[in-house]
Amino acid sequence: MRYTLFLYNEESSWADMSEADVQEQLGIFGAYIQDLKDAGVCVDTDWLQPSMAGTVITLKDGQRRVQDGPYADTKEQLGGYFVIDVPDLDAALAWAEKCPTARYGLIEVRPSAMPTE
Amino acid sequence: MTTAQARAEEVARASYGKLLAILAAGSSDIARAEDALADAFRTALEIWPERGIPDNPEAWLITTSRNRLKDGYRSAAHRTTTRIEEDIDMPAATATPSEDIRDPRLKLMFVCAHPAIGDTVRAPLMLQTVLGLEAEQIAPAFLLPQATLAQRLVRAKRKIKEARIPFVLPDQADMPDRLEAVLEAIYGTFARDWNGEVAASGEEDMRREALFLADLLVEMLPDEPEVLGLAAILSFTDARNGARVDSHGHFQPLETQDVRLWDRMRTVRARALLVRAQKIGRIGRFQLEAAIQAVHADRMMTGITNWRAIAQLYEGLLQIAPTVGAAVGRAAAVGRAAGPDAGLRALEQIDPEAVAGFQPYWATRAHLLKAGDLPEADDAFDKAISLTTDPVLRQYLERQRV
Repeated sequence: MRYTLFLYNEESSWADMSEADVQEQLGIFGAYIQDLKDAGVCVDTDWLQPSMAGTVITLKDGQRRVQDGPYADTKEQLGGYFVIDVPDLDAALAWAEKCPTARYGLIEVRPSAMPTE
Repeated sequence: MTTAQARAEEVARASYGKLLAILAAGSSDIARAEDALADAFRTALEIWPERGIPDNPEAWLITTSRNRLKDGYRSAAHRTTTRIEEDIDMPAATATPSEDIRDPRLKLMFVCAHPAIGDTVRAPLMLQTVLGLEAEQIAPAFLLPQATLAQRLVRAKRKIKEARIPFVLPDQADMPDRLEAVLEAIYGTFARDWNGEVAASGEEDMRREALFLADLLVEMLPDEPEVLGLAAILSFTDARNGARVDSHGHFQPLETQDVRLWDRMRTVRARALLVRAQKIGRIGRFQLEAAIQAVHADRMMTGITNWRAIAQLYEGLLQIAPTVGAAVGRAAAVGRAAGPDAGLRALEQIDPEAVAGFQPYWATRAHLLKAGDLPEADDAFDKAISLTTDPVLRQYLERQRV
């Protein structure tokens, strides 16, 4: 079963970091990603630019509207995600708990709705 | 390095927490005391090489820090010409411990583990204030960005100051709970579920610091059996550090570890601490956990593990401190002592909801089912493996499943 872990955290915590600190955090994430890969559960992951770099587009009112900036202006922003393939929610939570973000941010664990062939 | 520099660093290492506790005690303002103390150390490095190291460096640092606290912004040269006061309330080195002159670091530890301080920041706060570690040394071990930890530490110190958390020893009635919080923070630092290669380097450091804090606590509270119990657990566990992963890089659970790799001296020390605790005659959860470790350590001498004794100790532990971990530990020991069926029955007594995602439960269940030659073993191993994020532990379970 596929689950996506959405990582939310206060963007300021990354913005305020020194270069050395950023490197260290990247190392910590790298080790986590390696553990996911070694366990054969890692499907996909990405690390996102700050929400200010986001662009929102919609056609829902019949016209193309493009807007600058984050979709929702909340304190905690989506900063990255992991797609993992594990048997059940318990296992997904076990991995989410080990994600470095859990220590200072929030992780939403959502099961995939995609039908399996 | 000059003599003065070396001496300043020596004093910093040995006395940092003591000096900080004395300086912050009056106002509960740790941040301000830290600044003053840092300033005093800086001044010491300037002055000591010129004028010689004072007879009582700690008293000198206290006076210099106090002057700094008093006069705010006067120049460094001006500050340090002040005469060393005679009436400094430093604990006399020769005095016997009593309520008032006991090591001030003890009060600092109780402040750090105060119920009003969030439990995740207690240990880092202790490492910083008692041992003088910087946020950048502590953060990687707790897998936190430095800025995040630094911010939490600042907030905790502000809380201590604004809420006026007093620098006192808890009274007799509050002592057990408050002491447990202190012990918990130290134990948590030592026994954390470390993972990731980056953490591995910080891991060893923080284990050392936790051992240091536990030993310090033994010095300060030599008659508290639970303090001795915690120090014993840490010593027993630390003694086995070299046997956890074998020469092939494979994880070895306690019962299959090669006892020749256990550190005999540390084990002897651990046992001595536990004996001292038991003589006081007030049982507690840390002593019981230490006693379980002691039974395991007996294998060094007897070659066998007395699982019956371990099961009984877990039963005692469940009575005074019921946790899912202890219930699972008991079931595993019962399984060894009385056979897999008995162990599985013990597991069934645990609330299924509490153990649904609890890795040790599934690993224990898998091992018991395998020992009983039961076909459900494979499913239990799969479940346990799915909950295991540590690569070394995962490989171990995968080998066991076959």
